[in-house]
Amino acid sequence: MGIDMIIFTVLSAIAIAAALGVILSKNPVNSVLCMITCFVAIAGHYIMLNAQFLFVVHLIVYTGAIMVLFLFVLMMMNLNADIEPQKRNWLKYAGAISGGALLLVLVAALRDASLPAIQEGGKTDIGLVSNLGKTLFTSYVVPFELSSVLFLSAMVGAVVIGKK
Amino acid sequence: MPVQYYIFLSIALFCIGIMGVLMRRNAIIIFMCIELMLNAVNLLLVAFSKMWVDAGRVDAASAQLFVFFVMVVAAAEVSVGLAIIVMMYRNTHSVDINILSRLKN
Repeated sequence: MGIDMIIFTVLSAIAIAAALGVILSKNPVNSVLCMITCFVAIAGHYIMLNAQFLFVVHLIVYTGAIMVLFLFVLMMMNLNADIEPQKRNWLKYAGAISGGALLLVLVAALRDASLPAIQEGGKTDIGLVSNLGKTLFTSYVVPFELSSVLFLSAMVGAVVIGKK
Repeated sequence: MPVQYYIFLSIALFCIGIMGVLMRRNAIIIFMCIELMLNAVNLLLVAFSKMWVDAGRVDAASAQLFVFFVMVVAAAEVSVGLAIIVMMYRNTHSVDINILSRLKN
């Protein structure tokens, strides 16, 4: 078992445990903290997969901005305890069973897929900023500009909804 | 390392996200589970990008750019969605999604 396999196992265990903590913890603040742990583990996977630019963007955008926004909203609402009464318990079991059934079906369907393996070494500069930037500004200029329009409309929408 | 390991990890994260959406009643937790599902898909895209780079494709950077665009859309979605949740909390003083089923009354 190589070092990459050990790192993969550790990071995967952290990610799955933290994801389970998100959906199982009673306190929403604990859920957000578990989510941040899960995102950091996923960022570790990115750097194992030679996606250096995405590693940085993931840490800044998701862990730094989005999750802090969630935490901010939670603190503004002062929901420190789960105030929702869980009346219908069978809905929980139904959700867990249907999610597990989907897991089972997807694993069974993709277990025997024949795909090339991920090798050690090889080209490592695919995820650097220069390479991605060249591709972004030559082949993907139109989606880039469209996403700027999307951001503008999202900003306007958030302000309009928040001001009412 | 076979790419199947990454596929299984992504499936596990995605299904945990789906379970969270189905099980929880708190709107913010549901929103976070949607983010978790988006991240599972992102991780799989990056793993496939690395797989095709190792197999000799030259245009495999497109997958990483797709992940970048998914992050852009997720950021926009979070800003609008959290604004909607805050407004809902201001009107009903709760983020329980069962309240929303009584909107018609």
